[in-house]
Amino acid sequence: MSLAATSATRWQWKQPSVIPGFGLTFGFAIFYLSLIVLIPLAGVGWRSASLGWAEFWRLALDPRLLAALRTSFWTSFVAAAINAVFGVLVAWVLVRYNFPGRRIVDAAVDLPFALPTAVAGIALTAIYAPNGMLGSFFQPYGIRIAYSPIGIVIALVFISLPFMVRTVQPVMEEISREVEEAAATLGASRFQTVFRVILPGLTPAILTGFALAFGRAVGEYGSVIFIAGNIPYVSEIAPLLIYIRLEEFNYPAATAIGAIMLILAFIVLLTINLIQAWSRRRFGYGI
Amino acid sequence: MASSATTLRMAGARNASAVRFRDPTSELPVAKWVLISIALVFLAMVLFLPLFAVFSEALRRGWQVAFTAISEPDAIAAVKLTLLIAAIAVPLNCIFGVAAAWAIAKFEFKGKTFLTTLIDLPFSVSPVIAGLVYILLFGTGSFLGPLLNSWGLQVLFAVPGVVLATIFVTFPFVARELIPLMQDQGTGDEEAAISLGASGWQAFWYVTLPNIKWGLLYGVLLCNARAMGEFGAVSVVSGRLRGETITMPLQVEILYNEYNFVAAFAVASLLALLALVTLVLKALLERVYGRDHAATARH
Amino acid sequence: MDVRIDNVRKEFDRFAALNDVSLDIRSGELIALLGPSGSGKTTLLRLIAGLDFPTSGAIYFGDEEASRKTVQERNIGFVFQHYALFRHMTVAENIGFGLKVRPSATRPPRSEIRRRASELLDLVQLSGLEGRYPSQLSGGQRQRVALARALAIEPRVLLLDEPFGALDAQVRRELRRWLREIHDSTGHTTVFVTHDQEEALELADRVVVMSQGGIEQVGTPDQIYDDPTSPFVYGFIGDSSELPVKVENGQVWLEDRAIGLDASGVSDGEALLYFRPHDIELLDGCGGCVAGTVAASRRVAGMRRVELEVGGSRHRVELELPTEQAAAEKSRIAFRPKRWKLFPIAGRSGAHLPRAA
Repeated sequence: MSLAATSATRWQWKQPSVIPGFGLTFGFAIFYLSLIVLIPLAGVGWRSASLGWAEFWRLALDPRLLAALRTSFWTSFVAAAINAVFGVLVAWVLVRYNFPGRRIVDAAVDLPFALPTAVAGIALTAIYAPNGMLGSFFQPYGIRIAYSPIGIVIALVFISLPFMVRTVQPVMEEISREVEEAAATLGASRFQTVFRVILPGLTPAILTGFALAFGRAVGEYGSVIFIAGNIPYVSEIAPLLIYIRLEEFNYPAATAIGAIMLILAFIVLLTINLIQAWSRRRFGYGI
Repeated sequence: MASSATTLRMAGARNASAVRFRDPTSELPVAKWVLISIALVFLAMVLFLPLFAVFSEALRRGWQVAFTAISEPDAIAAVKLTLLIAAIAVPLNCIFGVAAAWAIAKFEFKGKTFLTTLIDLPFSVSPVIAGLVYILLFGTGSFLGPLLNSWGLQVLFAVPGVVLATIFVTFPFVARELIPLMQDQGTGDEEAAISLGASGWQAFWYVTLPNIKWGLLYGVLLCNARAMGEFGAVSVVSGRLRGETITMPLQVEILYNEYNFVAAFAVASLLALLALVTLVLKALLERVYGRDHAATARH
Repeated sequence: MDVRIDNVRKEFDRFAALNDVSLDIRSGELIALLGPSGSGKTTLLRLIAGLDFPTSGAIYFGDEEASRKTVQERNIGFVFQHYALFRHMTVAENIGFGLKVRPSATRPPRSEIRRRASELLDLVQLSGLEGRYPSQLSGGQRQRVALARALAIEPRVLLLDEPFGALDAQVRRELRRWLREIHDSTGHTTVFVTHDQEEALELADRVVVMSQGGIEQVGTPDQIYDDPTSPFVYGFIGDSSELPVKVENGQVWLEDRAIGLDASGVSDGEALLYFRPHDIELLDGCGGCVAGTVAASRRVAGMRRVELEVGGSRHRVELELPTEQAAAEKSRIAFRPKRWKLFPIAGRSGAHLPRAA
């Protein structure tokens, strides 16, 4: 009450504190953030704005770019969807079951965070190339994995797997045993308990994991370019097209693609925040 | 005799109940092992096989060839540059992370959530865009690039550009680790130290730092792994000058594109070893530090 | 539905959580399992529900052996300590869940499920909250929804695990009365677990006092309070004072003097004398009484609580005196218990004859 009263009488940007160092740390943080992140990012906005609408749309509607965006989009979507199934399964197995090597498998899920993307890219290519360890199994059936969109999907599944597992896992650990027992006392079979109680309860976590995985996959470059084959209109992704335009010193085109990708990233961020808000309201938890 | 008969009967009763009773919160063992098997096959196909492939391809022609490949002058230059970049990017981001976490966690001010979102921004941006922003900032057509050039400072297609791009992509690691940790710890310890007459620096050095050391180390570890392994952002600004702006991941790409697969995988296996060491240290840190996985998920 | 628990034993990794427990629960009865933590009361409740399985022994619902059935087949209603509501379902969906998961042959139509849910919401006095989610409810409301959900499947037995444990005192008292009313109107056989003796004594038809995996005493609240059959029950229910005494020739002796209590029929030997601190009479002189020196005296609400050092061993007993009674420290007080019990020290299974004067 009294707190509300004081803040109503005098608007304060910062609450007073006996701890020193706010000016120094806040100032440095803002300075460094502006220097490294904000000013350079604003540069993209400024440069694409200075293109003018007509020029921006001309660049944005380039058929090769649209094809690349389409490829980036649906391969990322499929990869996130595959992880929504297998990533949730991996999280379930890690949380619920004890088996030899569980700890190692748990630690290994973070491999895509730790392994440089270029290394992942050439390794996946070596495996899924037509003469590779797994690729050679598919070759006789005429299925090409590397150097096709399927290869892109595999690389994206690799790099976005931990986003799904690590988002779902902690929420899964929090599921109380009581809830499952309650379902059983009400007559639900184990199958019904899993599919009507446990998984629906994980919806916000799975959606958040999906959005994070998708966001990461759309921007991915290193692991994809080796396995994709990079055939324009077929297996060329949008980040690669930025790279190609820069190599051609075609900065306006690169800027336009960059701006589109940034907008996409903001949409993903916004979506994640909306999922969080919805989850907190409906389920009483955020992730 | 009588007692052993009782034990037998008891054991019989126990067995009978084990057959009839199923814990309502677990699956049939068959279902359990089927699920474990599917998960492991999936992980083998997307995680373990690639890791295995790096080493097996590197050693395809034997240790000798692999070793020669990584002792090439170009490879050694790449290793040196990678270490140099990490040695600059990691401490800078570390100082930033501590400062940002101190300001955000120890004080109440408006716009805090927004600031935290801004700090996370580099994680949601494609690495290629991280390169692009510096090209636009320092490239021909910008006013900053030619200006610095006239002072004799080359940023793009030189080491400073590579360092900047690396700092950008590894920017949030330490801060994002420390902010929730320091928020949980609150301000009580620092207030106590200050009430006992400590200066701000003393409070930080003797009270805060010991409290956050594991979290800091964790952030540094992840930051370092990404700094040494970054490919997309670096490849945009590097210009690929042999022996000058080639980092290890770029060296891997160059060798691979020259069809020198053994050498490419030999350098890649060094990076894979780095990743393995990172994962082991991370697992160990998680054990002492008791940290859960939640915050890793956004990296 | 009456429930019979026949020689049930439950071991967890060789540790016996329940030691050959037998109990008959009558149809329509409201029964409390009362005991300190680790006494096995929750284990017993979970065994009745089928959430755990006994190591040996059997549980019958009527004439049918329930312990051969899974929890899903037993048709019991279980209210969990933390309610265990499904947080992604609305209140109405939570209540209807048990009907919705039935096989299609016995599943009521949607409209019937909805009707039943709103009927139950009426019963638990939450009409109008059908569309809310559990995170939008208060603790007391969640508790009511949990009960409605358990009642929706028309359970043969209703089981509640510490039903009021997570609520604050005010809501707790209110819900207690309300649960009793619901029980009386629905007539379910109800078993609830509690560690709160006040709750058990106020609410239950019969109370089962448990300790260390066994049943200490089963009886009505009056029997449990007025006529405890073991030192444990005496100590656990209500306040009590104990005094080591000796029985000789039908007389109770404190050290070298008889204290004026008739113990005829009790075999000679060491014993513990139990009485309620307030159930005493103060005496002036001391020909056959307990006398001691006041060691501490505190005013507690409407009475005075006095610690008395008794006899040469200076054993401390607690008394409750009216506030007007002077009880300065070091002053002497003499008293005699009005209601009391003797428990021989050498094993309580030995001959003991509790007495009330």
